[in-house]
Amino acid sequence: MDSHDIIILGGGLIGQTMALALDVHGLKSVVIDPVDPAGTLTTEFDGRVTAISSSSWKMFDAIGIGPRMREEACPIRRIEVRDGADGRPLDFETDDMADPLGLMLENRVLRRELWAMIQKAPHVTRKFGVTAETLDRGDHRVTACLSDGTTVTAPLLLVCEGRYSSTRDAVGINVAAWDYASMSIVTALDHAIPHQNIAHQIFYPGGPVALLPMNPGTRSALVWSLPDDHAKAAMKLGDRAFLAEVSRVTADILGDLSFAAPRALYPLHFRHTAKMTEKRLALVGDAGHGIHPIAGQGFNLGLRDVAVMAEVLVDGARLGLDLGDAQLLARYQRWRAGDVMAVTFACDSLVRLFGLPGKAARAVRRFGLDAVQRAKPVKDLFMSEARGESGNLPMMLQGLRV
Amino acid sequence: MSKASTTTTIDAAEAAHFGKLAADWWNPKGSSAMLHKLNPVRLEFIRDAIDGHWSADGSSFRPLTGKTALDVGCGAGLLCEPLARLGAQMTGVDAAPESIAIAATHAAEGGLAIDYRCADVAGMAEQFDLVTSMEVIEHVTDPADFLAALRDRLADGGLMVLSTPNRTPKSRLAMITLGEGLGAIPKGTHDWDKFLTPDEMQDLLRDAGLVAGEMRGIAFSATAGLHLSDDLSLNYIFTATRA
Ligand SMILES: Cc1cc2nc3c(=O)[nH]c(=O)nc-3n(C[C@H](O)[C@H](O)[C@H](O)COP(=O)(O)OP(=O)(O)OC[C@H]3O[C@@H](n4cnc5c(N)ncnc54)[C@H](O)[C@@H]3O)c2cc1C
Repeated sequence: MDSHDIIILGGGLIGQTMALALDVHGLKSVVIDPVDPAGTLTTEFDGRVTAISSSSWKMFDAIGIGPRMREEACPIRRIEVRDGADGRPLDFETDDMADPLGLMLENRVLRRELWAMIQKAPHVTRKFGVTAETLDRGDHRVTACLSDGTTVTAPLLLVCEGRYSSTRDAVGINVAAWDYASMSIVTALDHAIPHQNIAHQIFYPGGPVALLPMNPGTRSALVWSLPDDHAKAAMKLGDRAFLAEVSRVTADILGDLSFAAPRALYPLHFRHTAKMTEKRLALVGDAGHGIHPIAGQGFNLGLRDVAVMAEVLVDGARLGLDLGDAQLLARYQRWRAGDVMAVTFACDSLVRLFGLPGKAARAVRRFGLDAVQRAKPVKDLFMSEARGESGNLPMMLQGLRV
Repeated sequence: MSKASTTTTIDAAEAAHFGKLAADWWNPKGSSAMLHKLNPVRLEFIRDAIDGHWSADGSSFRPLTGKTALDVGCGAGLLCEPLARLGAQMTGVDAAPESIAIAATHAAEGGLAIDYRCADVAGMAEQFDLVTSMEVIEHVTDPADFLAALRDRLADGGLMVLSTPNRTPKSRLAMITLGEGLGAIPKGTHDWDKFLTPDEMQDLLRDAGLVAGEMRGIAFSATAGLHLSDDLSLNYIFTATRA
């Protein structure tokens, strides 16, 4: 029987970042994931990109992968939001001197760097391609029997299984869930007119279209959300017809378009859990909140979970506390709940605000857009920091170790 | 130095009261919920004191490695277990046999080696680098004798950490009228008249040949919960070393 400080179920982007955030502080974890990413680490661009907020990036710096990835990331200097129905723009600019609003990073770069770091991490035990066959959360420890015949124990289990987390469902944490009956088509496009580090979001009743700047300066990621049937139909279009549709919905902002990656389709769901902890267990990342990608916040929210959890556990270990102690889990829950709730519902209400068809709705939306302009929720979402416990920003989101 | 420290200061009725509560001691939602909330706050003070006293690295996980520690009035081991995890070779003593039994079982199941004894500190012979006693001095029959007994257990260059409620109208309201009245603290836990003020404590320490170090308050607010503070009116925690 192998004992660790933490068992991490799920070695996706969040699970791996969690393990590294603990590793740099000397806490021992074992990461268990049925999928072995070694086989899926393609060197070719797969079209997936993620907007990483500046504070999330600081955590990558604290872990040590930030500087290496920075050269490959494309800064967002400005976000332009429009109502697609009449094209009226609303600017959200960043201060020239300050950090960029966010950095666009190809998921494959992030996967590659995390994976390389995980291989070298002295306090991480890797169990990829392995499933947890039984899981027992006892009074003193969590014990997992694994498909490779080994047994691991730790005082705490972190569930980083993504939005369809079966462990979360099995322990009976209630999830408010609905389906937006829409899907996102994700791809990357090369374009004639340079993007000048501007991200565009154009809202239509069927869903938003986002163009996100990438390197080089004539490539952007497309995230186009549409009702299910429209999305499926658009996937079936030939390349030229599809690009013509994109030019139309983006009002030709970027000039002539061509594909830089294949198209991929992602269904959009909403998942919210009021409770992120149970006895000797906590949810981290999408397992605790699956949100609409309308403001590109899902991963950032998960990284904030990671930063807070790392700080709570490192502080706890320095006090000699049992890492599964109810007081530590309560601190994580208190610190995260407000932030997760605010971002989740802001994204959902953006979807609703812009998802209403018809003229009256446009008037409401116009009113809404004025409200948007005043409240700047999109910008706030981008710039939002971990709120909660006396508004304290966790150390790792300041680029520091705990 | 003052009096000898061999007289017992255990109050049998007090010991019996805590013995009855023992079974629920490790339940974070049970009758000891307040103690579980208090524990991280006490530990924060103790950790700082350890780092300061022995110039330990504040980021290490085992600053007490190679040190012996004694917790007097250890109950079910809420403080002994963290100190053992911090690396101490740990001994816990308590007057209630029920508490010691629960403590020993809990530590064994958790894989921690802790020497638990149902004993009176006055009858002990060994000395320890760290001696702690949380919320005990207000329950003993003679605080001066009790402090003398603690002093005798302290090794040369050792560190003592104690905490106790202050005797103020606020502590009476918070701990007895509200705490025990509303059930957050088990009824009959405190006798307000036996509480000591920081000034009285300083005198007692001096008489016992000890010097008090930093004193911090443990305060409560709706937003921050229980926390370390400069307000000593409710409860205070402090270090002491041999004069
Ligand atoms: C179209 C789209 C665009 C997006 N754009 C952005 C963006 O721009 N910015 C942003 O911040 N976010 C964005 N997101 C959200 C982001 O992708 C997710 O928030 C993020 O990937 C979640 O990471 P995760 O590790 O929590 O979950 P996942 O990536 O889902 O990983 C879960 C892992 O757990 C494993 N697993 C599953 N079940 C088990 C089990 N029972 N036991 C063990 N392991 C298990 C899986 O194999 C997987 O490796 C977008 C999402 C979509 C759909």
